[in-house]
Amino acid sequence: MSTSTRKRAARPAAKAVKKAAPKRKLARKPSKPDSEWWELRLYVAGQTAMGMRAFENLKKICEEHLQGRYRIEVVDLLVNPTLARGDQILAVPTLVRQLPPPMKKIIGDFSNAERVLVGLNLRPLKR
Amino acid sequence: MSRAKTKVSKSRSKSPAKPASLAKAATGIEGLDDVLGGGLPRGRPTLICGGPGCGKTLFGLHIIFNGVAQGEPGVVISFEESAEDLAQNVASLGVDLNRLVRSKKLAIDHVHIDRSEILETGGYDLSGLFARVEYAVDAVGAKRILLDTPEMLFAGFSNMALLRSELERLFRWLKDKGLTTVITGERGEATLTRHGLEEYVSDCVISLDHRVSAQETTRRLRIVKYRGSTHGTNEYPFLIGNHGISVLPITSVGLAYEVSNARVSSGIAALDEMLSGKGYFRGSSVLVTGTAGTGKSSVAAAFVAASCARNEKCLYFALEEPTQQVVRNMRSIGCDLGPLLDRGLLQISASRPTVSGLEQHLISMHAAIERLKPKVVIVDPISSLATGNNFNEVKSMLVRLFDYLKGKGITGLFTYLSAPRGLEETELGVSSLIDTWLELRDIECRGERNRALYILKSRGMAHSNQVREFVISRKGLNLVDVILGPEGALIGSARLGQAAALKAERARQTERADRRSRELGRRRQLVEAQIAALRAELALEEEDAEREPVASARSEAGAAAQRSSTRQSKRGARPTAERRE
Repeated sequence: MSTSTRKRAARPAAKAVKKAAPKRKLARKPSKPDSEWWELRLYVAGQTAMGMRAFENLKKICEEHLQGRYRIEVVDLLVNPTLARGDQILAVPTLVRQLPPPMKKIIGDFSNAERVLVGLNLRPLKR
Repeated sequence: MSRAKTKVSKSRSKSPAKPASLAKAATGIEGLDDVLGGGLPRGRPTLICGGPGCGKTLFGLHIIFNGVAQGEPGVVISFEESAEDLAQNVASLGVDLNRLVRSKKLAIDHVHIDRSEILETGGYDLSGLFARVEYAVDAVGAKRILLDTPEMLFAGFSNMALLRSELERLFRWLKDKGLTTVITGERGEATLTRHGLEEYVSDCVISLDHRVSAQETTRRLRIVKYRGSTHGTNEYPFLIGNHGISVLPITSVGLAYEVSNARVSSGIAALDEMLSGKGYFRGSSVLVTGTAGTGKSSVAAAFVAASCARNEKCLYFALEEPTQQVVRNMRSIGCDLGPLLDRGLLQISASRPTVSGLEQHLISMHAAIERLKPKVVIVDPISSLATGNNFNEVKSMLVRLFDYLKGKGITGLFTYLSAPRGLEETELGVSSLIDTWLELRDIECRGERNRALYILKSRGMAHSNQVREFVISRKGLNLVDVILGPEGALIGSARLGQAAALKAERARQTERADRRSRELGRRRQLVEAQIAALRAELALEEEDAEREPVASARSEAGAAAQRSSTRQSKRGARPTAERRE
């Protein structure tokens, strides 16, 4: 379902996926915590300024901390409203960390990078 | 914007004073539509607020379900309960939520908010929620929507200012969509809702309440405001029962009901006779007061039997006796209610008044009346509704019950246990509301108690002013004329005694008259005999007088000789024979 949307909305992310993806996942996942594969899903509602800003901020944080081991999937709720129900999305933008477990939810445009790092449990990793 | 909305504004401009011009969406809740003057404002949001356990969600669901029943698909956005929980909750009301969802008449979205899962990292809005609501609305083509309760959002998000503006946006959006929206809200400290939802929902606000007084809980409802429409302003009690919600807009019944001139028999021929020969007015209220054991229930039962004999349904509220006992007791006076129960003509609803609050009682009575649609309703006895000092409440309840019955053209008969030797008034002060008032008394004299019946009043008909003795026997009920004796009205064995005495007196009088006439007869015979004797003597004397001149002519011998012959002639036939010689 909704492949076209995801492609369209997640075009910037697609690069990241390609860049990061399969080999490292297979190679590093079992060994160290900072080698874990990150599966992120960003919910937005339309191509709003806030949504774009959120994606830019998120990408920056990920590039800095998770380079090569993450994938961002962007879901536009205006196109795929049914997806909002599954992850209990109310606010947009919402970032759902699907991997690694446990699932985490962060809302906002990620302008507060500190909080995003805390929310994604990346802060302790950096130290 | 919706069609409904434009229609509203158009009709409003035409006749601003008419409340009916506002398009309404019927709630389908018994009584609530009366209070609301037709229903909720169509295409506008309505806020239902109240404390926990008030029935907000149930009200909301009812309104949605009724919309579905009327061909208006609905959406339920539940912030508290999951779809499964909701389905379970309403199953008891006979609504199959899952079936409605499957048939695309209803969409349910459970919005789960878990504060711990959410971390805020900057600006955001609630477009996600909007998208979900819109999706659900579009999926079924909804006309009605329930948000239960969006205040939960305040627990999940910390940015109050943002939430407020987002909620406002949501409500505006719903209004623009022309959705008849029901929003529930938890009661706040000093505000109607905890987070002031009433500020955004200004079209219609309904407040629910749940109060305990004298250990009895009563649910009440009030229309706080209803823009563009008149509405009932009182607090109306409502009931959440097995058959759903029913609201009692009793005071809205008013006095504008049809009055019937038809008459119905009381079931006691002699009582009908006292009520100008025809019985009670149909649709009137009859009160039977009396002390314990004066036969109030029997009068009621007689009326029931008479109504059932006319094939009119009866509803009997027995507040002190179980059904079987009522039947058994009435059988002992020759009134068998059993077959009537079997045929469904009679329904006895036996419950203790203490089982629920007064209002609850009234509502359950209403519900039972609505279901059976009887022509006659008996409440036996209304006095047991009064517990403690709640006379005012009981009175107001009874006023509404009387009004309701009258409005429906139902003849009501109520018994009332009055205090022994009490004045001719009821503590409840309902006597002025009553059309026909029968008073049963026990009169104690000569070591026995007897029942007597008066008609204290009977509006609109000539009625007997006499006290009658009320006789209850195995053959049934009867009224007997009392006898006036030297000490006043006589009753019971005194009446029988007096009757016997009168009879004896009459017998004596007859005998005396007979004797006198016999005596007179004898005297007449005697007198007649005397008359005959005198007459005979006279005749003799006359005869002698005739013969006298002859004798003087024959011999002038002397008066002495003639006298002796006269003496002889008095003795019999001999002198005659002598004379012949």
